[in-house]
Amino acid sequence: MATIYLKNVSRRYGQRSVLDGLTLTVNHGECFTLLGPSGCGKTVLLRLIAGFEQPTAGSIRIGDALVADASAHVPPDRRDLGVVFQEYAVWPHMSVFDNVGYPLKLAKTPKEERADRVMETIALVNLHSLEKRLPSELSGGQQQRVALARALVGKPSLMLLDEPLSNLDANLREEMRFEIKELQRKLNITVMYVTHDQEIALAISDRIAVMDTQGRIRQIGSPEDIFEKPVDSFVFSFMGVANFLQVRREGNEFFVGKGGQRAPWDRPHGDSLAWVAAFRPSDVVIRRDGNGLKGRVKRASFLGPVMDYLVEIDGAHLRTTVDTHTAVANNLMFDDDQPCVVGVREVHWFDADTIQSAGEAWA
Amino acid sequence: MSAPVRKKFFVGTAGIILFLSIAVLVVFVAFPVVLILFNAFWTKGAFNLVDVAAVLREPDTYQALLNSVFIAGGTTIGSTIIGTFFAWLVTRTDLPYKNFMKGMFLVPFMLPSFIGALAWKMLLSPRAGYINRLFMDYFGFDGPVFNIYSYYGIMAVEVMYLFPFVFIQVCGALERMDPTLEESARISGAGLFTITRRITIPLVLPSILSGALLIMLYSMAHFGTVAVLGIENGIFNIPTLIYERIHQSAGSFAAIRTGTVLATVLVVSAAFIIWLQGKVLGKGRYQIIAGKSFRPMELKLRGLRYPLLILCLAYIGFTIVLPTVVIFMVGGLKTYGLPFTMENLSLDNYKFILFDYKTTKDAIWNSVSLGLSAAVITMFAGVMISYVIVKMKVRGKGILEFLGMLPFSVPGSVIALGVILAWSGKFGVNLYNTVWIILVAYIARYMAFSLKANSAALEQVHDSLIEAARACGASMWQSLRDIVLPLVRPGMFAAFFLIFLPSLRELTVSIMLYAPTTRTIGVAIYTLNEDGETVMSAALAGIALVIIITGQTLITGLTGASVKAK
Amino acid sequence: MPHVRLVNVTKRFGTVTAVDNLNFTIEKGECFSMLGPSGCGKTTTLRMVAGFENMDDGEVYVGDRLLSSPAKNFYLPPEKRDFGMVFQAFAVWPHLSVYENVAFPLRIRKVNSAELHKRVTDALTATNLLDSASASPDDLSGGGKQRVALARALAINPDVMLLDEPLSSLDPHLREEMRFEIKALQRRYGFCIIYVTHDQSEAMALSDRILVMRGGVAQQIDSPLNIYANPANRFVFSFIGLSNFLEVHKANNAYRLAGGDCLPEGLAPPPALAGHERLSLASRPAEIEFSDAPNVLRGQVARKAYLGETIDYLVKLGEQSLRVQKARHSPGPEQGTNCGLLLLRPTWYA
Repeated sequence: MATIYLKNVSRRYGQRSVLDGLTLTVNHGECFTLLGPSGCGKTVLLRLIAGFEQPTAGSIRIGDALVADASAHVPPDRRDLGVVFQEYAVWPHMSVFDNVGYPLKLAKTPKEERADRVMETIALVNLHSLEKRLPSELSGGQQQRVALARALVGKPSLMLLDEPLSNLDANLREEMRFEIKELQRKLNITVMYVTHDQEIALAISDRIAVMDTQGRIRQIGSPEDIFEKPVDSFVFSFMGVANFLQVRREGNEFFVGKGGQRAPWDRPHGDSLAWVAAFRPSDVVIRRDGNGLKGRVKRASFLGPVMDYLVEIDGAHLRTTVDTHTAVANNLMFDDDQPCVVGVREVHWFDADTIQSAGEAWA
Repeated sequence: MSAPVRKKFFVGTAGIILFLSIAVLVVFVAFPVVLILFNAFWTKGAFNLVDVAAVLREPDTYQALLNSVFIAGGTTIGSTIIGTFFAWLVTRTDLPYKNFMKGMFLVPFMLPSFIGALAWKMLLSPRAGYINRLFMDYFGFDGPVFNIYSYYGIMAVEVMYLFPFVFIQVCGALERMDPTLEESARISGAGLFTITRRITIPLVLPSILSGALLIMLYSMAHFGTVAVLGIENGIFNIPTLIYERIHQSAGSFAAIRTGTVLATVLVVSAAFIIWLQGKVLGKGRYQIIAGKSFRPMELKLRGLRYPLLILCLAYIGFTIVLPTVVIFMVGGLKTYGLPFTMENLSLDNYKFILFDYKTTKDAIWNSVSLGLSAAVITMFAGVMISYVIVKMKVRGKGILEFLGMLPFSVPGSVIALGVILAWSGKFGVNLYNTVWIILVAYIARYMAFSLKANSAALEQVHDSLIEAARACGASMWQSLRDIVLPLVRPGMFAAFFLIFLPSLRELTVSIMLYAPTTRTIGVAIYTLNEDGETVMSAALAGIALVIIITGQTLITGLTGASVKAK
Repeated sequence: MPHVRLVNVTKRFGTVTAVDNLNFTIEKGECFSMLGPSGCGKTTTLRMVAGFENMDDGEVYVGDRLLSSPAKNFYLPPEKRDFGMVFQAFAVWPHLSVYENVAFPLRIRKVNSAELHKRVTDALTATNLLDSASASPDDLSGGGKQRVALARALAINPDVMLLDEPLSSLDPHLREEMRFEIKALQRRYGFCIIYVTHDQSEAMALSDRILVMRGGVAQQIDSPLNIYANPANRFVFSFIGLSNFLEVHKANNAYRLAGGDCLPEGLAPPPALAGHERLSLASRPAEIEFSDAPNVLRGQVARKAYLGETIDYLVKLGEQSLRVQKARHSPGPEQGTNCGLLLLRPTWYA
């Protein structure tokens, strides 16, 4: 069983604290993603679990075994796990076969059995007939498959993946994220995946932990939970293009931007005067006329499959997109400075003083 | 899964490697240098600066200091101009046969400069030099055209052998430079000469300066050329004066003191130059590395194309071919001074020194065995030390990083002196007058080469390659054996040859440490020349050249093949 | 009268034809993009216009001024062409201040100092760089450096601006912002732009017309909307956004998916392609609807992935499969169930 228990784990480098008292449980057989901006400590956390780093405080257990605390440290070679790195880390002086077979060789697996298992694993990651190649003769995507096979061949119950797709081009990345998910399901292993790319996290995870730049976990939940019910503005803006529409309270009335149009949504709970209504571009319905907030298209950009609109409503701005075919079919090809009417399906309310925009989240 | 293992074990293995690394650097490099500083500043049990000043004020030492600075200054200026000019010529113009030229300009790197000095002595010594004689006998000149036994003679010869340091730096910078930096000047309306003057040269200035400082460093501490050409007219620089004092006074206290004070000056100026170079490179190097690669623009030389080609060929002929030919010709003469006619030339000298003459046979044997041993030992020590510096995260690494810098800033004559102080029995081990003392000095001298080659190779090995092995179940030792060592093998290979080849022609260190039976090739060539056995000296120099060039060709072939195999 | 004209331009590297008989014209003030994958010849074409690359055949004109013509043995070097140009890797000179970088083209042209100062200040103001005038470009961010490059190109007030992937070294946020800045500068100064990029959305957002290139050959020259709505061939279709291709075979006068069912009634190639035995049926993941109607394609949902803004489906149709993407609010079938698919804009290629 590969349940991971982290208890009050801290890691500091000199004066700088990267992780501070972090507690987390990753269940057996789930695909768990650590998602956060660069420098948030997610990679450090993965390296602590792998054993490449030692916690300054707290304890880490994998299954029944205590692998690290203040006085003990099991080195990575004795933790029974597979690790895949961003840089592929396949050994350039060994063939694909030897790369994949190395863990078995160290485990002194008999030669025949070793060959069988290596070929089996190579087939599993779709590298058939490339086993004699050297890594330099493979593409980036193939090299990453070798790294995957090498991590899987010892049948570990836990796989750690550190941004394994970020060196690949967009098409390959899209293809491989689904393959990794397939493998995880098929082999029923625990996967801990580290990334800064929210799309990958949404696509492959059973649960996601969103981390902020201070190394704190802001929210843990299923992809739907995280995307549809973000606990705060940081999580909301980190998960995709975010619209933050300024709304001001005057007495008991809520107005959009600087103008006189009422905000047509359920009211927020709280006394603040300055609010922000947050929503996704996909929550926006834009029309030429009818009911809704009146604004104008400040900037219309044709991006091929979609039209991208920047809309201004009384000094407040929002972004939305319309599929090009829908826009053409429904007379929604706006030009710059044309008037429009905007409806929003649902909003999240945030107090304007506590807002953390995407820019800050990434900084 | 196994039971938790105490942290101590993990630190322990790393600790052993760290300790060994520090021990190697301390014993071979730091200890001798410290002894020099100690001897220079510590007399009669007390710190003493007055005596140091007194030594420096002696006319001989003072003059040697001035000479070192003057010669190094002249050499640096000359080499920088020539190196930059040729680098620009082969990278930015349509000069014919550019690649061949580029290769030829690097040849002086592998030729020992003191053999060159010897050749130039044969060509341009005031009375006996062949060129001077030619002009006096056939063109009716009253005196020599050029006296090589002069400051300018010494500088000229040093420039010939040192300019590649600037050449290679500037070539590298010009080749790596993003061509769009120049193209954007062109689209702005600037012609090629304006671009060269206002964009290209300023951008590669840090590289030029860094190459120049390197030459300064080498020239200050350079022994061979000044020894061969200067002593005749009483021109000494710091290294030759150290040698002169130690050699003549057979280890007297006063001589050692002068030596250690001069050595201290060398160490301090070397450290200063290296610091300065670090500053120039660190702060001044612009981010000019290319993104997309296009061929850079070439300046059309038009009418100047062939005159400049002839200039290059003449330069190569005059500075590389001519001295080499002279060495081989003189080596074939019955007696020095005879004209080069068929009946005067034979292979007898070569046969004699290879098969019959004990001094030269010993010297060749000594150099080869010393070179091999030093190369092997230094190669392995270098891998270990570089591994700690580049890859390991252990406490105490800072000390090692500092010690690792040391070999780069300690010139040969300083090492030789330090080794004498350390290994002459004062500390329980007496290696003086044995070949072991030369071996110890070689290890210290070439540690820098090994560290450079091996850390470059190790930096190519990404941490994740090693961590991947650990995650696969490899212990630290297994990951070293299966992953790290195979991957740095090319670096070790390079280190081996970087040490073996230069050690075959080493002079600066060996000359201070040799005993009658422990001459090296360099020492034998030098002493034969001193004793007036010019033809024997030339013949041995010729054989040394053959060995060096064969070795170099072999490596180029081997490394070329291994690059292709990858 | 078109402003920039390329006539039968051809470039070979050894035996490889990098640009093959290319013809196009650009109007004054137009933004013209060359779009294609790396190695398609777009950058080579731009560099021939700039004069950095010789051409093997053809002619380049600006206005009625001939710039290059191998046939007439005429070639004007880049420094005489009076273009502005911005490169991918910024190419600002680190040894000169921002001000001096921008002043360089004017100093070369020996513009008097009052005029020079006015024009540099003007260019720096237009690019929001006035505060950094005395800074070293190395102290600026990537976006800042690219603004310096733009200001330098603007300084001589050129009427043709060449942009070689100017935004691809920047991070996505900045890329979008700079796109609008370039557009704004063009409106203000009125130069025409030749823009090279491999990013289709960048080309779509900026351009008046786009040339799609592949292997040195022009595939289509058209407005962004037409390139998207009516791609001239399968390559152009696949280069603009996500795409699906279904292989269709004709047998006994019926069209059948390779390794699958017959096509439903009403889904057939246009008469012009009726003669072909093998065809590709192209569609875009966002332009497919789930449908219960009788005459639609039938398949099984092999994968359903929640991606936040969109839900991504992989639907098996016999041995082939289709990607379908729906906005997150739209309902759709569950993984493993059967479904009907209606292609909103089926497009056929031979």
